[in-house]
Amino acid sequence: MSDIHMNERTSAAHGQTLVQRFSNPTRFMAWSGRLLPFLSALTIGVIGFGLYAGLIMAPPDYQQGETVRIMFVHVPAAWLAMFTYLTVVVSSVGFLIWRHPLADVSAKAAVPLGAAFTFLALVTGSLWGRPMWGTYWVWDARLTSVLVLFFLYLGLMALRNALEDELLAGKLTAVLAIVGSVILPVIKFSVDWWSTLHQPASVIRLDGPTLHASMLWPLLVMAVGFSLFFATVHLMAMRNEVLRRRLISLQRGRARSGRASTAATVIEG
Amino acid sequence: MTAFLAVLRRDLQLGVREGGALGTALGFYLVVIAILPLGLGPDLDLLQRISGGVLWIGLLLSSLLSIDRLFAHDLEDGSLDVLMSGALPLELVVTAKAIAHFLVFGLPLVLFAPLLGLMLNFPLPASGVLVGTMALGAPAVSFVGAIGAALTLPVGRGGLLLALLMLPFFIPILIFGIATLNASLGGPGSAATPALILTALTLAALVLAPFAAAFALRVQFRG
Repeated sequence: MSDIHMNERTSAAHGQTLVQRFSNPTRFMAWSGRLLPFLSALTIGVIGFGLYAGLIMAPPDYQQGETVRIMFVHVPAAWLAMFTYLTVVVSSVGFLIWRHPLADVSAKAAVPLGAAFTFLALVTGSLWGRPMWGTYWVWDARLTSVLVLFFLYLGLMALRNALEDELLAGKLTAVLAIVGSVILPVIKFSVDWWSTLHQPASVIRLDGPTLHASMLWPLLVMAVGFSLFFATVHLMAMRNEVLRRRLISLQRGRARSGRASTAATVIEG
Repeated sequence: MTAFLAVLRRDLQLGVREGGALGTALGFYLVVIAILPLGLGPDLDLLQRISGGVLWIGLLLSSLLSIDRLFAHDLEDGSLDVLMSGALPLELVVTAKAIAHFLVFGLPLVLFAPLLGLMLNFPLPASGVLVGTMALGAPAVSFVGAIGAALTLPVGRGGLLLALLMLPFFIPILIFGIATLNASLGGPGSAATPALILTALTLAALVLAPFAAAFALRVQFRG
């Protein structure tokens, strides 16, 4: 992980693209540290407003009544569950092609978040299904494929945990993530391919959303809020991971140079 | 082509002459099927209704049991290094090994299934259909399993991990395998649609899985 220490002077020596400059670990730590307070404040504001809009301002549905408000959490969580997987896949491809350590950090940080979003989507869907369908769970195509996505996230975490060598773990997890990307189109189109209990897409469709505007805009606010939340927490997790790797390589460096006692103070401190 | 056939023949011979592994897989299949009526009660009507699905699940689990050793033996005795540095592309090495796994483990398990079906009151005249649908899906199990075997190779005894990683990918095979079986045994709908999807899944696995597995192997040994 020595390349995570790549300092600014060496990278500035080469002509670099904008992406390369932003993804230099040192610069990443600098700009993400400055961005995070604003991003956090924005997240809290948008989600707070979205919750108010969804839970209080939006009218109850003429058929579903108040339970329709579950939608304002359920739908953004489900969107983010898939978007997070896309982030993992893109990061994995980036890591395997350009071997950029930050891409692996991004993939690693995103997986638990994706698992959490998927879990949230499943739980809220379950709670919504009970009053609407009369059951917490049905084995229809959309629910099953999202459950498979959840298993996939667990598998990614398990594989990374099982491997000692961090570089190897990153690469093999990336391979698994890319193999698993076949699930994304299956989830998206499961409601169209099979006639299911889960309703088909009602927001993003060619003939415009079928959702009434009074419910659509709070939903979109919540979607933006969830995306901001993902960006915030993802950046935080990435910063933690970068710091963790730096600490490990510092400890290794100290241990190697024979100052074992100093390394021990670093661990304890 | 000669090299491909040589790898295939070598793996077939190894699989057949080792013997024990196939016995374990068949024994495991038998035990899984035998334990279900003990848990569910001996109601023959119920058993007949679920027999197709149970036989499929047993097949998946028993194939998984043997696939985690797909590359491990070769890694231990060093022949994986030889295979990787040979002229035959690694993708074809993986293909040969997966075909060998299907022939040595998958096929005997598939042929064993109707016999176990008797214990579950599975209608004997439908054995042909059962073996046919399983033979369509079982190659995909070997090929997708090869990806898992390559990914869990550095973990050492990664059998359980492999099951966790790869079971999600077996779900479509399971769904369409059972759909084909049920439809051809007089269930609603035509059997052709799920049969075609099952075939498509197997063909896709045949083509794509060797690349993923070979890539996972290269990543480990060539950085």
